[in-house]
Amino acid sequence: MTTDVANAPAEEAPAPRRKASAIRGALRNPSVIIGGVIVLLIALLSIAAPRLGTIDPAEINPAFRNKKPGAERTIRNDDGTQSKYEHRFGTDSLGRDVYSRVIYGGRVSLIIGVTVAALSIAIGLIIGMIAGYIRWLDGPIMRVMDGLMAIPAILLAMGVVSLSRAGLMAVVIAILIPEVPRVVRLVRAIVLSIREEPYVEAAITLGTPTPVLLFRHVLPNTIAPLIVQATFICASAILVEAILSFLGIGIPPDVPTWGNIMAEGRSLFRVYPHNILYPGIFLALAVLAINMLGDGLRDTLDPRFAKRV
Amino acid sequence: MFSYILRRLAATIPVMLVVAILVFLMLRLTPADPAAIIAGDNANAEQVAEIRKRLGLDQPILTQFVIWISKLAQGDMGESFFFKKQVVELISDRLEPTLSLAILTIVLAAAIAIPLGVFAAYRQGSWLDRIVMGFSVLGFSVPVFVIGYLLIYVFAIQLNWFPVQGYQRLSQGFGGWLQRLILPAITLSVIYVALIARMTRTSVLEVMNEDYIRTARAKGQTEFKVLVRHALANAAVPIVTVVGLGIALLIGGVVVTESVYTIPGLGRLTVDAVLARDYPTIQAVILLFSLVYVVINLAVDLTYTIFDPRIRY
Repeated sequence: MTTDVANAPAEEAPAPRRKASAIRGALRNPSVIIGGVIVLLIALLSIAAPRLGTIDPAEINPAFRNKKPGAERTIRNDDGTQSKYEHRFGTDSLGRDVYSRVIYGGRVSLIIGVTVAALSIAIGLIIGMIAGYIRWLDGPIMRVMDGLMAIPAILLAMGVVSLSRAGLMAVVIAILIPEVPRVVRLVRAIVLSIREEPYVEAAITLGTPTPVLLFRHVLPNTIAPLIVQATFICASAILVEAILSFLGIGIPPDVPTWGNIMAEGRSLFRVYPHNILYPGIFLALAVLAINMLGDGLRDTLDPRFAKRV
Repeated sequence: MFSYILRRLAATIPVMLVVAILVFLMLRLTPADPAAIIAGDNANAEQVAEIRKRLGLDQPILTQFVIWISKLAQGDMGESFFFKKQVVELISDRLEPTLSLAILTIVLAAAIAIPLGVFAAYRQGSWLDRIVMGFSVLGFSVPVFVIGYLLIYVFAIQLNWFPVQGYQRLSQGFGGWLQRLILPAITLSVIYVALIARMTRTSVLEVMNEDYIRTARAKGQTEFKVLVRHALANAAVPIVTVVGLGIALLIGGVVVTESVYTIPGLGRLTVDAVLARDYPTIQAVILLFSLVYVVINLAVDLTYTIFDPRIRY
């Protein structure tokens, strides 16, 4: 562990060199490479969804319900010609193409993962810095965070979802709220350890205003652990979204998300397992890849602060 | 020791109070008027006002909180909007399946994960170690319901070894109860096994280079006893800690697993309550699960003295 350049204490090497070597170290880490490549592939698939031989994921076709993977259908084009379309992953009980739904579903999952990660880091960073730096606010803020963390994450998300109409924003907020306290704790711990450092004391002595101090001296120290934390939050957000949608309390059921496709396939699972199988594979693969990326980044960028659970 | 227990118990009170305040505020943040929900669609304004008065919703918010929390202390969680029953009754009806599933899962997970973790640490870098570590990353990533349906498909539908779904009360026979709980318990234990095995491996690895391990080997102790009595015993504290923290994952998993296997437990009740916007039930379930989580972790802290006599309170 101690031989790793990235793990060496900050003051031993000048900052720019340390950063560059940490990034190089991360790019050499096998789990960063594998995880990163899979995440990129899934992101590319979702972005290029309309060009990947998909049809409208919301198109309902009563005549072509519950088809097994590989079933072919003749489509009449606008200009009167006919063409064949193969339902690679079969169709669901409304006749929608599961392949198209799975590919488009990646968009929603990734958007939710990235949005929740970015927002919870931003909110957690602000609250955590306030708690770590303004001493009299520390107690009250941390008590609220302790309370939030005492509620199991999925239950808290379910409680928040029940407060409003189902929708993308409601789901994002519901997944976000249980994640924020973890970021707050992390940032607060970093701030508390940084404020004892000689260079921070020197800055205080020089009369640096608190906002500048936080921005220039404290913020840079939080970047590496927060990048690691963001990947884990992204993975867990994608999972929780799928769970909520699967339980029928997440994104409205007509929107193609991996959780919704599986929720739709539940009733006929015994006969048509593909409705659960294909989105399940994509979901598991995406979460696995992001977790691997996070594990690798943690080992190389930040072995001190970022801990799971 | 006794004063420590008291102090720790006292320390959980502020946390639970914050949880209670958050859960209480939840109902105030709802866009809908609870009185109107209870009254139903055909009620007139007077009936709604009457119900609002009966529920105390016309009082100032602080008074409402005091009334709510003192009722809670007496075990009165209010009446369910949707089931039209006392929430306490509703919960006690659903307790057995959830408790059965949770206990079976914890036992199963510990029985699988701890030996796996110890072996992975003992043969660090071997293929077994790599499989265990790979499995633990996988276990964190594959969603509970995907595992659930996979197991149903293979073991219940293809092989026909277990009933597909459902639950049978313990009072109707142990065999039927166990048979219906095995697949759900395996499903739920996957993520828990991943968590515990990983922690066991890490904390056993940490003690394997200690002097007392070498001494134990030098005096001719068998490897099994070295591992169990010296390594595992000294690595126990972080392992029980993670078992306690994992309860949060377990509770989340219970909700999903009960839905997959149609088990009429608290998790299923939670989903139904959220779907029906049945706020008293949602509040009660969140409070109950949080209390369980906090109390179990308190209990785990208190077991430290058993596992490590050096810790004295």
